[in-house]
Amino acid sequence: MSVIQEISRSKRTVSPRRKGDGRWALFFLAPWFVGLALITAGPMGASLYLSFTDYDLLSAPEWIGFENYSRMFDDPRFVNSLQVTFTYVFVSVPLQLAAALGLALLLDKGMRGLALYRSVYYLPSLLGGSVAIAILWRQIFGADGLVNQVLAIFGVQGQGWVSHPDYALGTLMALNVWTFGAPMVIFLAGLRQIPQMYYEAASIDGASKFRQFRAITLPLLTPIIFFNLVLQLIEAFQSFTRAFVVSGGNGGPSDSTLLYTLYLYLKGFGSLDMGYASAMAWFLLLIIGGMTVVNFLASKYWVFYDD
Amino acid sequence: MTDASTPTKTATAVLPPSDGDRPPGTEDRRPATRPRGRQVRAKVGSVLKHAGLIAFGFVMLYPLLWMVASSFKPNALIFREPGLIPTDIDLSNYTDGWNALLHPFSHYLINSAIVVLGSLLGNLLSCSLAAYAFARLEFRGKRLWFAVMLMSIMLPIHVVIVPQYVLFSQLEWINTFLPLIVPKLLATDAFFIFLMVQFFRGIPRELDEAATIDGANHLRIYLQIMLPLSLPALATTAIFTFIWTWNDFFSQLIFLTRPEMYTVPIALRTFVDSTGESSWGSLFAMSIVSLIPVFIAFLFGQKYLVKGIATTGIK
Repeated sequence: MSVIQEISRSKRTVSPRRKGDGRWALFFLAPWFVGLALITAGPMGASLYLSFTDYDLLSAPEWIGFENYSRMFDDPRFVNSLQVTFTYVFVSVPLQLAAALGLALLLDKGMRGLALYRSVYYLPSLLGGSVAIAILWRQIFGADGLVNQVLAIFGVQGQGWVSHPDYALGTLMALNVWTFGAPMVIFLAGLRQIPQMYYEAASIDGASKFRQFRAITLPLLTPIIFFNLVLQLIEAFQSFTRAFVVSGGNGGPSDSTLLYTLYLYLKGFGSLDMGYASAMAWFLLLIIGGMTVVNFLASKYWVFYDD
Repeated sequence: MTDASTPTKTATAVLPPSDGDRPPGTEDRRPATRPRGRQVRAKVGSVLKHAGLIAFGFVMLYPLLWMVASSFKPNALIFREPGLIPTDIDLSNYTDGWNALLHPFSHYLINSAIVVLGSLLGNLLSCSLAAYAFARLEFRGKRLWFAVMLMSIMLPIHVVIVPQYVLFSQLEWINTFLPLIVPKLLATDAFFIFLMVQFFRGIPRELDEAATIDGANHLRIYLQIMLPLSLPALATTAIFTFIWTWNDFFSQLIFLTRPEMYTVPIALRTFVDSTGESSWGSLFAMSIVSLIPVFIAFLFGQKYLVKGIATTGIK
């Protein structure tokens, strides 16, 4: 059902050979092949090459070996953006998934108004990536924003959350948690696939609701949890729009919202240090790829496959 | 609470269902009324649960509702009124916002619409073609290409954006919509290939075989059997392409730098920069204008959206 299961399954499926489809395949795949060569694979190779050069778009790239990569770790802004991004990802994604799972469990099984609740909770994840919502966030968490107006009702004096280096990143994390609807819908679909008879058998044996959750729901849901985790981590690492808009394009205050991709953009398209930006992009690929591999390896110990 | 309703369950219980959580002395002597008391408790629980879910949903949507309300308020009130009901309805934020930038806002809406339409056409055509090959044709290296396609779904755009920029600027495509549309015509949104492969696999092969016997070639099978039977998958693709392209910021920010080429997200961002904090009202008004198409797509396409993310796991 998912990309991830498909990858692990693709080893197994061997289709019977038939002759004569080669030309047709070339015809149907022609656009994709051209796109792969010119838009994906070609540029990938080119950016790997550029990551070993000094390149400013105006003069020809100059080979400098690993210098971009070694410069990265001497660059305090880079190290900081790495820290900011890891904090953002590893705090907000677990919270987002916990909210998604919690709500999915509450909404389970043909309750009245299920479709309506699902829509209401899902809507923010459709809108959350837009500039408009980032603008809204900037106002809500501003000094005179909605949050502080509500706090004032309770007599609490708030502050400018987006303009304080200690809190600005927190507002971005809150935005990420707010978009829990998409993983929630995936959890709901997963819950629906658990056969009802397991619960019936368990309640005949006198298992409490909590026991049923621990012994049936949770283990059978681990593949979905794993899937959501991999997907949301990859996505969170690439968050850009919200940091750009909320900080006014510079990752401020004091670089506290300088997410990785924002710094990459500023380097590549702000100061035209394209070699450095390419090196950053490949390092990002390394982080995301490495993290995904670790996730897959670790999944052997906690993900339960029914088949 | 249905554990007393079926005979098999009550038969396994030697003792009558316990009332352990009731205070002593309050238990009902007549067994017939017991289920009723339990029903009441279940009902109270369900009402509480619904109340909680509604309250939570309201809190979640409050920022959105408040933005809508604030877009009808004069600026001074936005900073004083956390409530939803505007004291008097004022449309000047919309007229001011519409004309606040170099071009009227309709100009940016049209630009976004062009990019969206081109992307829609591109994704629907190119991804369904590729999906047909992966779902129905046998060719050398199929498994390898399929794996390559799957991996390209996960590829961060940042790894290719710099060379793409170089390529497109050499073609003199910067500040045209081509860098945003042409890649879609070349099936680079591989996610949708995967989605359609999954769908095509569910269509019975007997249909193609019958068509083959009748002398149809693969192009006719694709056009006259697969596409008409795949409307749900095409609809899912269309809606997601629409919403993603409409909301896309990163690539539009890079490829469109001239104000007359700005799309809605880029125009909004410029609006923030040019007015700063001084005119939240008109900024909100235009933000809402920018969200309306997504909201409409959500209202009418919900079924396909939910199905799409449930079967493939996307946003």
